[in-house]
Amino acid sequence: MKSRSLLLGLVALALSIAPLAGHAEALDDIMKSGTLKVAVPQDFPPFGSVTPDLKPVGYDIDVANLIGKKLGVKVELVPVTSANRIPYLQTKKVDLVISSLGKNPDREKVIDFSEPYAPFFNGVFGAADVKVSKVGDLAGMTVGVTRGAVEDLELSKIAPPTATIKRYEDNNGTISAFLSGQVQVIATGNVVAAAIIAKNPPKKPETKFLIKNSPCSIGLNKDEPKLLQKVNAIIAESRKDGSLNAISVKWLGAPLPATL
Amino acid sequence: MAYHFDFGAILDYTPVLIKGIAITGELIGIGAVIGVAVGIACAWARTFGPAWLRPPVSAYVELMRNTPFLVQLFFIFFGLPSLGIKLTEMEGAIIAMVVNLGAYSTEIIRAGIQATPRGVIEAGSSLAMTRLQVFRYVILKPALQRIWPALSSQIVIVMLGSAVCSQIAVEELTFAANFIQSRTFRAFETYFVVTGIYLLLAVLLRQLLRALGWWLFPKKAVR
Repeated sequence: MKSRSLLLGLVALALSIAPLAGHAEALDDIMKSGTLKVAVPQDFPPFGSVTPDLKPVGYDIDVANLIGKKLGVKVELVPVTSANRIPYLQTKKVDLVISSLGKNPDREKVIDFSEPYAPFFNGVFGAADVKVSKVGDLAGMTVGVTRGAVEDLELSKIAPPTATIKRYEDNNGTISAFLSGQVQVIATGNVVAAAIIAKNPPKKPETKFLIKNSPCSIGLNKDEPKLLQKVNAIIAESRKDGSLNAISVKWLGAPLPATL
Repeated sequence: MAYHFDFGAILDYTPVLIKGIAITGELIGIGAVIGVAVGIACAWARTFGPAWLRPPVSAYVELMRNTPFLVQLFFIFFGLPSLGIKLTEMEGAIIAMVVNLGAYSTEIIRAGIQATPRGVIEAGSSLAMTRLQVFRYVILKPALQRIWPALSSQIVIVMLGSAVCSQIAVEELTFAANFIQSRTFRAFETYFVVTGIYLLLAVLLRQLLRALGWWLFPKKAVR
């Protein structure tokens, strides 16, 4: 008898607290606790990786710290994988997901997205002296791609018939073909291009045109208008004052594209 | 068995496969002729050549026989452009196959040459043949006949080894297989078909070399 009334009491307590918790604005909670919990990748350079002394570094980590600084709170980084980053947000283990997350209709059903903060695209890259600005310009050129990758499938559909597509086994083959001059341009992801630039080669791949664009956005829980507005304001401000551009140059080796 | 074969998807890519077979054929056709020629020249250099020629030839043979074919291929295709030597992927692949087969066939042919009895060479000289004539008729021809089966095997091995040329985007048979597989995701069927084609090609090449051997070395010529 006693245990049943205790149970009832607990249920009643839970019911009375639950709506309260639901109504509380996440932004207020963050400001009150003074910590912003951010889900960041640790296995996806240059967006997030771990240094030999186990410190997380990368584009996403810098953006997390930037937002923390502008909010005036401490940032607590929570390492996630690409599979569990959204569940971490939904279960409120984190306030924001800054984990190279691309917007798509399925994800938009469960979480909200901020304005994009990082470029993420497949495109055609070439040295500065190669004149290519659209897919038609590839006529008569030799293009290297990694066989079976998205850019291979897309480019095979849209490339002019006189363009020669050379398909390599993996990204390393594609990179080698570009650096050794076996192909004039390559179709690949901007992250791969960034990896080439990071090695400081004699020939730097520059973006010529985009094939498929899916920029990264910050993920937040639904129905947090104040937090969303604040995050968007910070992104807009950082874009204007150059701090976001500096992060892009630091990790991707290229300034933020104007389209972002 | 739970797996359902679907060869229909592969059938759509027949032209890709045929092109692959043609290019594999081209690679081994050119590679074998020039490669064996290189082998004969180097075998001569290592047995009868001038003393100054022997160390560099030995170095070449040992270098090729003690490094992987794939690495040699990458060296030629991705490495040499840094020195300003730019080759198409076909040129790169053929050169890699020639230098590789050249080194192995050098050793095979040299073995045949060294098995020549001293008396036969002396007999040739006593017939007032020049040194070149002695090498050509008395030493080389019987030597090639002796090692023909071994040389045939080596050529078949190099033909099968040409599969790695797909790594530098040569569109040969393995490239065709990887291409079809990446488009259809029918890996089992693709490699099933391509394995069959390679087997057929290898058997065909062996028969061709055997017939060539009969034609080159008629029964009664030696022994």
